[in-house]
Parts: sequence; C-alpha cells; structure tokens
Amino acid sequence: MTTTAPPRPEAAPTPPARPSAARRLGAFALRQWRRLTAMRTAIVLLFLLALAAIPGSLLPQRSLSQSAVGQYFADHPTLAPVLDRLYLFDVFSSPWFAAVYLLLFVSLIGCVLPRALEHARALHTPPPPAPRRLTRLPDSARLPTPLPPAAALDAVEEELRVRRYRVVRREREGGAELSAEKGLLKETGNLVFHLALVALLLGLAGGKLWGYEGSILVTEGQRFCNAFQQYDTYSAGAMVESGDLSPLCVGLEDFRAEYEQDLTAASFTADVTYGAPGEEGRSTTIGVNDPLRVDGDRVYVTGHGFSPRFTVTLPDGTTFDDVSAPFLPTEQSTMASEGALKLPDLGAGADDQLALQGFFAPTGLVQAGVLTSIDPRPLAPQVAVVAFRGYLGLDSGLPQSVYSLDASQIERGRLAEVGRANLSVGESMTLPDGTTVAFTGYSEFAAVQVSHDPGQLWVLGAAVAVLAGLLGMLLLRRERVFARAAADPGGGTVLDVGALTRGSGDGAPRFAALTDDLRAVLAARAPTRTPPSDGAAPQTGGAPA
Amino acid sequence: MSADQLSALSDTLFSTSVGLYSLAVVAFCAQLAFGRRPVQERELVGAAGTGAPAGPSRPDALPADPPAVRRWGRVAVLLTAAGALTHAGVLVARGLATDRLPWGNMYEFATAVVLVAVVAYLVFAVRSPGLRHLGLFVLGPVVLSMVAIGLFLYVQSGPLVAALRSSWLAVHVSTAILGFGIFFVSGIASVLYLVRSRYEERGGGADGGVLGRLPSAATLDRVAHRTAVFGFPIWTFAVIAGAIWAESAWGRFWGWDPKETWAFIAWVVYAAYLHARTTAGWRGRPAAWVNVVGLGVMVFNLLYVNMVSTGLHSYGGVN
Ligand code: HEM
Repeated sequence: MTTTAPPRPEAAPTPPARPSAARRLGAFALRQWRRLTAMRTAIVLLFLLALAAIPGSLLPQRSLSQSAVGQYFADHPTLAPVLDRLYLFDVFSSPWFAAVYLLLFVSLIGCVLPRALEHARALHTPPPPAPRRLTRLPDSARLPTPLPPAAALDAVEEELRVRRYRVVRREREGGAELSAEKGLLKETGNLVFHLALVALLLGLAGGKLWGYEGSILVTEGQRFCNAFQQYDTYSAGAMVESGDLSPLCVGLEDFRAEYEQDLTAASFTADVTYGAPGEEGRSTTIGVNDPLRVDGDRVYVTGHGFSPRFTVTLPDGTTFDDVSAPFLPTEQSTMASEGALKLPDLGAGADDQLALQGFFAPTGLVQAGVLTSIDPRPLAPQVAVVAFRGYLGLDSGLPQSVYSLDASQIERGRLAEVGRANLSVGESMTLPDGTTVAFTGYSEFAAVQVSHDPGQLWVLGAAVAVLAGLLGMLLLRRERVFARAAADPGGGTVLDVGALTRGSGDGAPRFAALTDDLRAVLAARAPTRTPPSDGAAPQTGGAPA
Repeated sequence: MSADQLSALSDTLFSTSVGLYSLAVVAFCAQLAFGRRPVQERELVGAAGTGAPAGPSRPDALPADPPAVRRWGRVAVLLTAAGALTHAGVLVARGLATDRLPWGNMYEFATAVVLVAVVAYLVFAVRSPGLRHLGLFVLGPVVLSMVAIGLFLYVQSGPLVAALRSSWLAVHVSTAILGFGIFFVSGIASVLYLVRSRYEERGGGADGGVLGRLPSAATLDRVAHRTAVFGFPIWTFAVIAGAIWAESAWGRFWGWDPKETWAFIAWVVYAAYLHARTTAGWRGRPAAWVNVVGLGVMVFNLLYVNMVSTGLHSYGGVN
C-alpha cells in the first residue's frame, strides 16, 4: 500500500519457454489483485460508491416509505417496474450497491493488511540507513564544523533525542551517519482508521442480520407484546427466528402532546408499563429523544394520533358501545386525520355491513359545510363521517388497508353511501333505516416501535476508532532526519543533515529551527577558533550513545 | 429587551453585516485594482530588458506591495472583521430571542455556516498576510450567499419542534456547521487553484491583472488541502453525532434518509479528495475538481434536500 501504484510485473522479459498455464493464470491473478489494491482503484471505487448512493436519495425507497413507492408505481406505471427490476427502490440493499462497497473493502483490506505487517515490522526495526545524497531530500543543509565527526553527530543526536526521535548511528564508507525517525503513530492512525472502517461494516452487517423492528399503533389503555404477529408492520434480519424475540410486553397508559403558543409541538410523552409477559410491569415515561431501553431492545414513540369513538344503535335497540379505530394524521401541524371504522358483524349478512369513513379534527371549524382542523390540540373535536352500507370485501382475499374502505367495492356499487354528517362530541346522525351513529369522544393512540440491533454498540465503538485513527493520521507527522559527518580534507568536519516529512503541513520551518539549533550547539561546542588538525579535539560533554 | 425586539435586532444586524461585507468586497476590489500596475510594469521591464518571458510571478511573496494596496487590504480585512462581528450578533440575538441555540432552521443554519467560512478566512488572513488577496473570492460568494439566505430562507424566529430539543442539537449541528464552513473555504481555494494553475501554465498571460494577484497555485492547493484535512474529521464527527442522535430520536442510527445519504456522499467524496491528493495521476487539477464536487454536494445537501425532498430532516422551516 504505497501511495503510488506498485510497479506491475512486466510480462517478464520474454522467457525462452512459454510458462505453464497455471503460472500465467497466477500472474494474471496477481496483476488483477495489484490493480484492485492500488490507490487509484480506491479513488474510483469511492466515487462509484458516492454515485451509487444518489438514486437512493432521489427515488422513493421501500426501506423508508412503502407508500411513497406505491405512489410512484401509480404515477409511473411503465417506468416503475423497470426501475424496480434494477433495485432502484431498494438501492441500499441492492446487489450492485453491495458489489461496490464489497469491492472497496476488499481493496482496502488488500491494501491495509500488508501495510499493517510492514508497520509492525517497522516498529521493531531501527530507522533505515541514510540515503546516499542527503542534498536530494526535500529539506537539507550542510553545516561545516571544526568538531570531529563523532562529536558533531553527538550534537545532532542530542538535539534529536530532545525532540523525541528514535536515533541509530551507523558507520559506513562515506563516514559516520545517523538516522532518526518519529511519528510512527501517524501510520498507526492510518491503519486503525482503515481497519475500523472494516469493523464498522461488519457491525452494520451483523446488526442487519440479527436485528429486527416492529411497529404498532397502541391506544391508551392497550397493551402489546413483542411478537411478529402482533405488529402492524415488522422487518427482521435473515438470522432472526420468531422464537428469538425477547419477552417484552408494553402497555400505553397515557399519551400527552404539548404545544407552544404558536402550536409548535413542544413534547410528546407516553407513560408506559413494561415487563415480561405475565409479569407485573414497571412504569416509565418515553419521550421524543428518550426511548425506553431494556436488554438490547429499544421502545420508541414515533408518532401519535386520535381514534374517534362511536356508539352505533340498530333500529332493534342493539347497541355497539364506543367502537373506535385509529385515524391517521394527514397534517402534523393541525393533526387533521383520516380513517375508517368497519363494522362487518353488524347487519344480517355479508351484504349488510356498515362502515364509517371520515375525517377527524381535534379542533374543528366548519365553513360552508366543510370541516377543517385549526389546532392540533383536542379542544373541540369534530368528525365528518360518511356512512356506507353493503359489502366491505374483507373476505375477498385481497389485503386492504385498515385505514380506508375498499374503493373497488364502492365503484362496483356493492358498498353504497347511506348518510353523511359533521358531528361534535355527543351528536349523532340517523341513517335511513333508523340506525343511529353517535360520536361519543376520542382516545389517543401512539405509534410505537420496538427495535433490536445487536450490532449497535459495536458500530459505535468502530466509529470512535475511525475518528481516533483519523485524528492520528491527519494531525501527526512522520519525520525522518538523517545526518552524515565526514572529515573535511581541508580540516574539520562536513556535517550534512537532511529531512523527510510525511503528512500535512510544511516541514521546512521545523527543519530550519532544527538546523538553527544545531548551528548554535555546534558553535558552542567548537574549540575556540583553533582548527582541530590533530583530530583529537577535546570533547565538550555529551556522552556518546 | 423583549424577544420581539431581539428578533428585530437580529434582522437589523443581518442587513448590517451584508452591508459591511459588501463594503469589504469593494475594498478588496480596490486593492486588486491598485495592485495591477506594478505587475504590468514588471512584465514590461522583463519583456523590454531581456526579451525573455517574465519569470514565474509569485505575488504571495511579492517583496513589497505598494502602500495603497496595503492600505486597501487592511481596510478590507477590518471591514470583514466588523462584518463578522455583526454577523455573530445576528445569531446571538436570535439565540437570546428564542432562548435556544440559534440553529434550528435552514435560515439560522446557513447563516452560521457562512459565518464559519468568514472566520476561517480571517484566521488565514491574519496568520498569512499573503493570503489576504483571497478576500474578494471568499467575500464575493459570502455576500451572494447572505443575500440568497435573506431572500429565500428567511423565517421568523420561533421555538424548536420537539424532535430538535436535545443536547445533540448543540453537538451535531454545531459541528456540521463548522465542517461545512471550513469545506466552503477549501472549495473556494480549489476553484481558485484551478483558475490560477491554468493561468500559470499559460505563463501568466497578459490578462492576469486579478489572477496575477492571487497566491500561487501551489499555495492555493496547500490551503485547500489543509482546510479539507481540518474539516474532514469535524465532518466525520458531525455524521457520527448525527447517527447517535438519530438512534434516540428516530429509532435507528442510520436509515438512508435523504439528508443522511447526502452527508454520506459528501464524506465519501472528501475521502476521495484526500486520497487523490496523495495519488500519482490524481494530484493537482483532478484532485481539486474532486474537492469542488465535494462542495457542490454539501450545498446540494443543504438546499435541495431540505427544500425539495421529504425526509425526517425536513426541519427547514421554509415552505
Ligand atoms: C472505505 C474507503 C476508504 C476511506 C473512507 C478512506 C479514507 C481515507 C482518508 C480520509 C485518508 C486520509 C488522507 C490523508 O492523509 O490526507 C486516507 C489515507 C489513506 N488511504 Fe484510505 N480510505 C479508504 C479506502 C482505502 C483503500 C481501499 C486504500 C488502498 C488502496 C486506501 C489507502 C490509503 C492510504 C495509503 C492512505 C495514506 C495516504 C498518506 O499516507 O498520505 N484507503 N484514507
């Protein structure tokens, strides 16, 4: 993993005999591997990853909103199936998105592992010998001194040790030399960063495989347990078996929404009880930004709404007290909501079923016969309901939404409107056959989500490691300094110093400071003005290493 | 002062800082205009004297700017600093008026991002006077951004919606603003690098009045890289903090909501830029383009994702 692509093994200088097929295959594989783990490839793959994520934000995604995808299918009936075949509504779980990031991570591992081994070795090996020509280094200086070579190098060594370099000295043909190095932690940071990215990906994958999530609407006073068949919608990773869900039941005692004067939502809180099935529950309060966390599960309130209550009285006097259904908010700022209440068991037979479809306004205002909501708080609740009679189609085999009536039955005339009215609490309407429908009040419901993601803590740890590695890699510098001292035929010593910096920032100012200090030290130690012709000049302190 | 007065004060300060920045732009223009003559003279001397092309001009290391240039430069930087003070006042007054951190909607967020960019420029201008010549190119976009923010993103001050009432707002949004502002300066430096390096390749052509006053391509490239290196960990932290917040607010730490997706895209693009800077074949112009794309992604994320698409992050408050 060098910053430049490693030299490709050229198709070896035309060997006399053709290499065996296996050898050629091996060479080919090696070449492809080198290509994959080159930095250039990493850049291209990073770009591909960015590009691949774009459609995921421009097209509706199933993972975010099934209904938005349904709407897209309705709006673009010919285009949508084509896009769907390309996984464009499931970009982030599509095979091609996975292909890009898996290639990137293979490249990364192929890049980083050899570099990690090399780094581990480097930690235990002394700095490399000085290059032949120190003047070729980005920063270099020549410091003549009357000191003998060994003493000059002593001075350099001390200066470098004060600056916390690792220093080695070697005797070579050109003269005595010194290599010093610091900032190996920069490379450690680089490795930690890249390997932590791999750990992060593993954590994400584990969380997806072993995690699940279920959502349910719970009305005040109701209770549900953590089981897939109880949820309105759920999703689960491939490794989750329905028996594995943690034993947890949650009951909603009370839900409160508070608003500022300008009707900005200030807080939503839900008082809940929770515990294992059959257990005496503990109570707690869940709020926005404040979920309930129990044993690896989290319970959130993700929304809320109203369930209007109706009492239906048949002409024969039979009453159905306080039947209700959740109405989904269509506008968060006023909590105007829509929904349907289906009463299949009311009449004599399958063609004599009753349903109410309507609009609920927590604070209603009727203008020209049209009900609108003007306040999200239930100050003056009203409903606008349309009553239908006929066949609801519940047993037709086709799934239908619990929040609306089956429009096809209305089109076919099997379900007919039999009355409509705007009602305040306590008011009622009478249908042609004498049935009365009274609006008796409302309850609040909360949308509750239970989530389980065993990879979460792991991902957090990896993210922290990513950040730590990043800081180390970007803020530290790796610096090498080399020095060589050779006796000058004209007397004294020629001391060459050169430095190589890797990392952000400019090495020149620091090198200038180092050479200034060196000059000062050398001058201070130099025997006063007498050229050391005998080579036995007195040493001015500084124990040799 | 009452909340209403504070809000009104904040709005007045906004106009004031736009005014000060505009004056700073004028002063920077004057600085460049006065700076032109010596450059031309030198070129004339070079051409007449030796017949050789003028040597590589390194205006960031010009031995002595004429006094007029220095005076205008100082005035411009002072105007910018005054503008930054009133600009900070915009946010402080908003924060006091609403009794919360002043970055709860797009207007406040974008205003804060621009402030960070101005402060980042000022830090450069104070620490290396040679980089002051960048002023026009930073303050120009700053004025345009401020006007656009005032025209299109302005909203009355008001309380925060429930989901934003969390201490993570301080952590996540502040670092996002910081990262964005720094990338803003980095992106501008890369744009100028692209322009300037073409100019240098052409041997510093005759039209180079303004271009000739820019810092050298190598300096611009270094500024762009250093700011990006500074911004990248901050942005990384902002994304991580956002994920931690999302885990408690939305029930999952990452869900490919459009805003999250574009934050990720920006992160990947900046990672690509940092790699490109150290890779043979990508160094120089291609890398600078990657940085410019990164800035484009950041701006797109702010504008498009808040205003056009719908997601959990739609707190923009702009309709
Ligand atoms: C998930 C994908 C990756 C991300 C997000 C990423 C991110 C980064 C970042 C932010 C830097 C800092 C650059 C700097 O020092 O200025 C860096 C450095 C580096 N990356 Fe990556 N990287 C990724 C994959 C790879 C791959 C696949 C390779 C190998 C082919 C690689 C090799 C390197 C090397 C060698 C450096 C050090 C550059 C230097 O020392 O100047 N990275 N990476």
